[in-house]
Amino acid sequence: MNIPQDLLYTKTHEWVKIEGNKVKVGITDFAQHEITDVVHVELPEVGRDVKKEQPAAVIESVKSAFDIYAPVSGKIIETNNKVLGSPELVNNSPYEEGYLFAIEFSNEKELGDLLKADDYKKLI
Amino acid sequence: MEKLLNELSSECQPAYGVECDVAKNAQVPENLKRSTPLGLPNIAENDLLRHFTNLSRKNYALSTVFYPLGSCTMKYNPLINERIARNDAFNNVHPYQPIETMQSVLEVMYELEKDLCEVAGMDNFSLQQAAGAHGEFAGLLVISKYFKSIKQKRRKIIVPDSAHGTNPASAHGTNPASAAFAGFEIVPLKSELDGSISLDKLKEVLTPEIATMMLTVPNTLGVFEKSITEISKLVHDNGSLLYYDGANLNAVMGIVRPGDMGFDVMHINLHKTFSTPHGGGGPGSGPIGVKSFLEPFLPVPRVEKKKDKYMLNYKKSKNIGKVKAFFGNFPVILKASAYVKALGGKGLKNVSEQAVLNANYMLAKFKDKVNVPAGNRCMHEFVLSPKTLFKNDVRTIDIAKRLLDYGYYAPTIYFPLIVDEAIMIEPTETESKETLDKFVNVVNKIILEESYQEPQKLKDAPINTPVRRLNEVDAARKPILKWD
Repeated sequence: MNIPQDLLYTKTHEWVKIEGNKVKVGITDFAQHEITDVVHVELPEVGRDVKKEQPAAVIESVKSAFDIYAPVSGKIIETNNKVLGSPELVNNSPYEEGYLFAIEFSNEKELGDLLKADDYKKLI
Repeated sequence: MEKLLNELSSECQPAYGVECDVAKNAQVPENLKRSTPLGLPNIAENDLLRHFTNLSRKNYALSTVFYPLGSCTMKYNPLINERIARNDAFNNVHPYQPIETMQSVLEVMYELEKDLCEVAGMDNFSLQQAAGAHGEFAGLLVISKYFKSIKQKRRKIIVPDSAHGTNPASAHGTNPASAAFAGFEIVPLKSELDGSISLDKLKEVLTPEIATMMLTVPNTLGVFEKSITEISKLVHDNGSLLYYDGANLNAVMGIVRPGDMGFDVMHINLHKTFSTPHGGGGPGSGPIGVKSFLEPFLPVPRVEKKKDKYMLNYKKSKNIGKVKAFFGNFPVILKASAYVKALGGKGLKNVSEQAVLNANYMLAKFKDKVNVPAGNRCMHEFVLSPKTLFKNDVRTIDIAKRLLDYGYYAPTIYFPLIVDEAIMIEPTETESKETLDKFVNVVNKIILEESYQEPQKLKDAPINTPVRRLNEVDAARKPILKWD
């Protein structure tokens, strides 16, 4: 199972990459493996305000549909529209080409609530 | 594979001409006129008959095979009920004809409402809803309107094991969907390993904003909720209501009643528990039952009886409105009614006893060989988790596909999601011991012998069906939606 050390994680299996005042968000390798083949992705609109731990996107796999939560509060400033046409990117490249969206966070303190790679490993 | 009508079409066959019903001198603008022929297939009548007969022989149906589809209750639908539903006395009634000339129709609905109340321990039922999820939605609208009427703001619903992020779920997918559609926010509650509710965890999520908690008893793992009395007390002490998902009512009829357990609102799937056909052969019917304090909120019309006359009451001041045209799916109501009247109270109790016995009989034959996460006893269905037995990259999907080769409809798989590699089996009360024995032997043979000796065969399965294994992923990612 691939759990990059330089990322942060949530209990609901999103990964978070901090880049200045924004975070990139996707689902973990573990999550994509569990939900199996992704067939459809719904992304939030750019400019939308999201709240920590509230649904921000939806991923549908051959198994079921899953809400993807915003790991921190803020504004959606970027979405990866490539996954709309090629949902398999979420399976094949969960940490790179299959990322979902980026949030400009509004409360830096919330980053402290995220899990480190080793803690996430223990969780799964 | 049977060819499509367009593929069967031949220029040599006589075409059955369709007379144009537009007058020749009709003033149709030139740009709206067809320039190409209609493209109807030319097929000899005999070939057409064979085409449809051959297609019908490919049907997988309860009348041809065992259908152990967990959670769906694929029991035998007595054919006599189909005949009753086609009786001219009911079939030729028009909903707009005068009330006094359709008393028999209203009587059937009135009587079924009373019978369902008796079975479920509720005070009133509405028979309008056209499906289980439609029932959930209407039931939740009743709850929403009730809280509005007493001026309480309660906008949240607890749904045990609704999916939380990419964490797995055990609730019926329809529960969170109905709740969201009815305008509520969903509060997930993680259940225990056997799908039951932890009272401590429940206390944590019971806030003043909770309108109701949706519960399926027995749950999707086939386990009865032992703490139901305590759950009911906690929920009601919080000022919230308790909603019963009647998907599994067929396990407890005549033994316990949702109304007595403390449920305030519920739905019943007539097409499960009361033996009316499912889905494509349906339509369905999902009556909702309520305690008397919620009766004013039920959808209209309500069937009422004054002296010896039945009537339809549309004037209920607090009702949530209409949820379906006319009287609901009346033929389904009629079939369920015939089923209830034929079996009576004792018969219905016997249905549940036999359903639970059949499931436990099968479980007993599996339990020493295959892992059963919820233990050695079940209600009307059970879930196997054969993950640890799998070698050679075999998975549950391969077992299910291989079962098709043996002429079985595959059980429900990968549900509930909280069980790894789940196989969910519901035999129902209407299957014989011989059928159950044969099925158990085939499943065990596939898992314990074939998966070791001939794993490739399982990966290739189904081998004997008209079409081989379909690519589910491509079907969803790149669907081909038209013939060309």
